[in-house]
Amino acid sequence: MFDFLEGYDVLGAFWTTVQLTLLSAVGSLVWGTILAGMRVSPVPLMRGFGTAYVNIVRNIPLTVIIVFTSLGLANVFGVTLGASGDFATMFFRLAVLGLSAYTATFVCEALRSGINTVPVGQAEAARAIGLSFTQVLTLIVLPQAFRTVIGPLANVLIALTKNTTVAAAIGVAEAAALMKTMIENEAQLLLIATIFALGFVVLTLPTGLLLGWLSKRLAVKR
Amino acid sequence: MSSVLYDTPGPRAKQRNILYTVVFAVLLVLLLWWVWQTMSDKGQLDWAKWSPFTESQAWTTYLLPGLGNTLKAAALAMVIALPLGAVLGIARLSDHRWVRVPAGVIVEFFRAIPVLLLMVFANQFYSESTQISSDERPLYAVVTGLVLYNASVLAEIVRAGILSLPKGQTEAAQAIGLRKTQVMSSILLPQAVTVMLPAIVSQLVVIVKDTALGGAMLNFTELLNARKTLAANYANVIPSFIVVAVIFIVLNFILTSLASWLEDRLRRGKKSTGAVLPTAAVAGTAATGAGGAGGGVIGVGGDVGRET
Repeated sequence: MFDFLEGYDVLGAFWTTVQLTLLSAVGSLVWGTILAGMRVSPVPLMRGFGTAYVNIVRNIPLTVIIVFTSLGLANVFGVTLGASGDFATMFFRLAVLGLSAYTATFVCEALRSGINTVPVGQAEAARAIGLSFTQVLTLIVLPQAFRTVIGPLANVLIALTKNTTVAAAIGVAEAAALMKTMIENEAQLLLIATIFALGFVVLTLPTGLLLGWLSKRLAVKR
Repeated sequence: MSSVLYDTPGPRAKQRNILYTVVFAVLLVLLLWWVWQTMSDKGQLDWAKWSPFTESQAWTTYLLPGLGNTLKAAALAMVIALPLGAVLGIARLSDHRWVRVPAGVIVEFFRAIPVLLLMVFANQFYSESTQISSDERPLYAVVTGLVLYNASVLAEIVRAGILSLPKGQTEAAQAIGLRKTQVMSSILLPQAVTVMLPAIVSQLVVIVKDTALGGAMLNFTELLNARKTLAANYANVIPSFIVVAVIFIVLNFILTSLASWLEDRLRRGKKSTGAVLPTAAVAGTAATGAGGAGGGVIGVGGDVGRET
């Protein structure tokens, strides 16, 4: 019954999906944190840049961004991310770049709303007892902000997992691309689709349950 | 201007902020200069590559039909997904286990799967088992994928909207002797609809963005696909990307503004007793492009339920 699986590396494709997810998650977390830092900073120019970036990038379809990394960044601007000859690696890295640039806007918004849930009085009280900026940030604001942010960030991570399929648009050999090849060549449409669908359920559901439980447990009771 | 993180700047902080501004401005200018230089080196700034957009032909042949298809797919998906989502959302609130559980499974399943998989599957399914012509098939596949996914997202929005209504509404309706169906259709749903409106409009942004998937993977001739043919004709990769991106940004910006205007208006008007579902409450799921959330624990329901 499962003969049609022969010659296809389903697990390998899902491994690529996982790699895309994890690398883009790290990338978007770093870039998103920097953006959030800019959006709450007292420097008007940085605030303006952060706001403009988030509002522009968030409203462009991810597909457009991913296709642009290949046709625009790589072909016109010559950004090959250190893999100019090796196309498979280059497209993988470009996809990570595109996914990070896009997801960072959602990370930024989640972090910013997390920071905004901390009452101003908390920081004012901390400053009044003489804590420095770093101390206010690391002892008072971030510990509270981080807890409220777990839920929204988990949603972003799950959406990111599903969004990695868009990388198929520039030929990264991840799960959606393999599924497309397989259902075009094999006669087991429903079975193949179910296998891939369950693959994604396995990837997203535990993440959702675990992080959901964590965010409930760690929620700041106010 | 004191915020959580920053006190009102004193003289030293003001100087430091000026320094940051200068450094950041220099970096920004360097980046823009590099972009400008590369583009002019590659000839992407030549007027010949931009002039097509000032003439009607590029618009009438490529961009407008593409935009038309994008809007058509998005509108169809929304119109079909809305009643489906309402049914699923209400079914999840049913008193009967055999209605509630299957509805829940369907919703969670389709929310956990990428839209792209659904579209690719629908496309192949239509080609194998129906007579839909190959010209029409991409549109059908895109709409089917979008409907399956968004119906389950909308189901969560509907459920959250109904749950956000005060319990007294149901109790009062029951006290005057209404049946369960009557309570739902004449008391809860009318109020929930106004509450859900902003969230539904923001979901449209997600749908519009996701139509581009069909353009890239299924050869659906929407805006992104129209860009490809346009760029092949005029050899203007970067200008065409910029124009298409701007169209998407403007379109989505209008939808987002409409959503927050509605939210604002409903808040002030307060015709309904429920808390207005904020557009941001679904942002984690809704605005994330191919959408978010699996595992209802952290879905819209939980978030919005607490809003009241």
